[in-house]
Amino acid sequence: MVKEIIALILAGGAGSRLGVLTKLIAKPAVMYGGKYRIIDFSLSNCINSGIDTVGVLTQYRPLQLNHHIGIGKPWDMDRMNGGVTILSPFTKQLKREWYSGTADAVYQNMHYIEEQNPKYVIILSGDHVYKMNYSMMLDFHKKNNADVTISAIEVPVEEAHRYGIIHATDEGKIYGFEEKPPEPKSNLASMGVYIFNLNVLKECLIEDHHDDKSDHDFGKNVIPKLLKDGKNLWAYTFSGYWRDVGTIQAYYESNMDLITRVPQFNLFDPNWKIYTPNPIKPAHYIGENGYVSRSIIAEGCMVFGNVRNSVIFSGVTIEENANIENCIIMSNSTIKHGSYLNCTIVGEKTTIGSGVNSGVGEYADNIFNSKIYQSKITVIGSNTIVPDNIAIGCNVVIDNHILPGDFPLTDIPSGYALLKGSDGNV
Amino acid sequence: MYNMMGIILTGGKNNRLKELSAERSISAVPFGGKYRAIDFALSNMINSGIRNVGIPTQYNFHSLMDHLGSGKEWDLDRKNDGLFILPPYLSEYGTGWYKGNADAMYSNLTFLNRSNEEFVLINQGYAIYNMNYTDMLKQHVDKDADITIACRYMKDFPREYLCNLGIVEQDSDQRITNLQEKPLNPKSDFASMGVYIIKRKLLISLLEDSAAHGYYEFVRDILVKKVNELRLYAYEFTGYWRPLCNIQLYYRTNMELLNPSVRHELFEKNGRIFTKVKDEPPAKYNDEAVVKNSIVADGCIIEGHVENSILFRGVKVKRGAVIKNSIIMQDSVVCENTFLDNCILDKSVIITADKQLKGDKNWPLVVGKSVVV
Repeated sequence: MVKEIIALILAGGAGSRLGVLTKLIAKPAVMYGGKYRIIDFSLSNCINSGIDTVGVLTQYRPLQLNHHIGIGKPWDMDRMNGGVTILSPFTKQLKREWYSGTADAVYQNMHYIEEQNPKYVIILSGDHVYKMNYSMMLDFHKKNNADVTISAIEVPVEEAHRYGIIHATDEGKIYGFEEKPPEPKSNLASMGVYIFNLNVLKECLIEDHHDDKSDHDFGKNVIPKLLKDGKNLWAYTFSGYWRDVGTIQAYYESNMDLITRVPQFNLFDPNWKIYTPNPIKPAHYIGENGYVSRSIIAEGCMVFGNVRNSVIFSGVTIEENANIENCIIMSNSTIKHGSYLNCTIVGEKTTIGSGVNSGVGEYADNIFNSKIYQSKITVIGSNTIVPDNIAIGCNVVIDNHILPGDFPLTDIPSGYALLKGSDGNV
Repeated sequence: MYNMMGIILTGGKNNRLKELSAERSISAVPFGGKYRAIDFALSNMINSGIRNVGIPTQYNFHSLMDHLGSGKEWDLDRKNDGLFILPPYLSEYGTGWYKGNADAMYSNLTFLNRSNEEFVLINQGYAIYNMNYTDMLKQHVDKDADITIACRYMKDFPREYLCNLGIVEQDSDQRITNLQEKPLNPKSDFASMGVYIIKRKLLISLLEDSAAHGYYEFVRDILVKKVNELRLYAYEFTGYWRPLCNIQLYYRTNMELLNPSVRHELFEKNGRIFTKVKDEPPAKYNDEAVVKNSIVADGCIIEGHVENSILFRGVKVKRGAVIKNSIIMQDSVVCENTFLDNCILDKSVIITADKQLKGDKNWPLVVGKSVVV
């Protein structure tokens, strides 16, 4: 059967502003919201919108992502015809090359698109958190007889300079596009979701490929070029919850949005479920002296201590007298008794020793990289063991795979960075 | 263990679980926050390496079929072997409804004949335990037994319920010398778990033999009658095991899950328990939530007080509601300022605001499926 539309999810980004969280895994594979990984939202949106053929373009540290997606079973994408396909960079007869930009990544996989031969291609970013019905956007695209439709969202004016800004008429016809303009003239930002007619996509990518001056990026090069060529571009305005959880602060806040009484972003909608591989664990248990309020807690957890304002992923153990406030604790970590954690992100399979204090003290600039670590949030990586009775300040970063022997003998002051190796290959 | 296949018996009509089994086979009764009883029997087989499983069903098997599906969650959606659900059928020979569990297996002789494993493991879909059958098979082969029955000293089991089980006597070599099915006055507490290992060929001939004589029950008509003729051996299992034979045991067994060592034994020690996934988001606790000594599944939203209870997936507990010593099944809603003690709410029950429902520890109050109180 010929598919009307297929999706390509760009999942190769390093997400370097997430620091140690993306040191060993790609940004789309970062855990989110108590049981998900970020790419689950794009994948679930696809299947919920009736798109069952999806190519996932990977490049940066894809192991966790490949493992997570597998054959697409959780999203019902284990199909005879279509389904999910991982598209990793590959060598050609004469050339060995990586994906040099978003447009180049799609260009290099043109054979995949041609094999499916759909009428439309939707290009998505695998690192955004949102629920969106792409079939409505496709209807809009068809109604306007568009060559390309870009999904757009209104952002606060003061943040507009971080996005690709669209100039469009009230109906949505685009007449201008600026990538990250210093002085934006509009606050309508591109969400990085594009629907292309197949022939338009082919043409413009071939052209872009032969343009030596191009950075091969959709927002920076391809879209402005199409506009210059007088193509019919439309903006589809989306008004729901949408976050590019690109920084530690944004990632933290978006997770915390989920614990409010009536969250703006509702994961409980039975008509728009978000799918993910479910951990095979029993329901979670709250102990006799456990206390939980204003938090979300996933399956397989055991809570004997106190949890407030936090997001706890599956399989986490929180021992007696441990106090967790304003934290994100990822899967299968253990917080030992008597420890106190505030504003701390704890990675997967990490152990926090007993009597540890974390996220305490005055704010100080981070010594390693004050651009990435610029809030009071302390980040502790995955597979790390924090020894007993240590005090950790705020805005501290502790790498993945750190063992007790790697810790200094004294307490860790605010703004400190405990990192290992240059590439994290311990 | 590719040399052993499995059959799970799912039981006939049983109203001892009251409203819970009124609309479903007893093996499909929800258990422990996210499971159904049969998950344990099935997962034990998977964890023991069995890859060919037949499940004869009869009484109200809709929810069971819905739960098992293609066997995907148990990794049984295989090209060869996998999961076979065997409902009763009519044919030229007029089988129709299964008259008993031996008849259920006899009606599916084709399934037994077509399989090529040397041994068959038969177990019951309504027992809660985590057991690896590898050891039992080894003993079966070592003793050169005809049939090995897994048995257990029921020291931790209320004596008054022993009469629901089969009581076994064995000699010093573990050979079974006497077998009493559901005796009024049990002589000992060494009881059969209803788990049998038998050679496939022998099972086929025993089933054919009993059908020829018009017998239908595996235990009553085959095991008890042939206790001296066949080499029956007992295999002692020392772990946690509970059959859900009546509502008291059902309630008690659920509550025992609040004990960490029971949970550890059931869900971690010998292998994981698989079940159908529902893709619910993690449970959400709002400001007013107070939860103590309870099991809470994904998809719950809690704003009330929950103590010593089990909440299944998607349960909503509204502000001011108090739930104590209760089992609340999937998608039920407990509204504002309602008080529940010793209750079992089936799926999709709604208890409206300001109600007081109270059962007794030994006689929990059961509210049937989709009832609005």
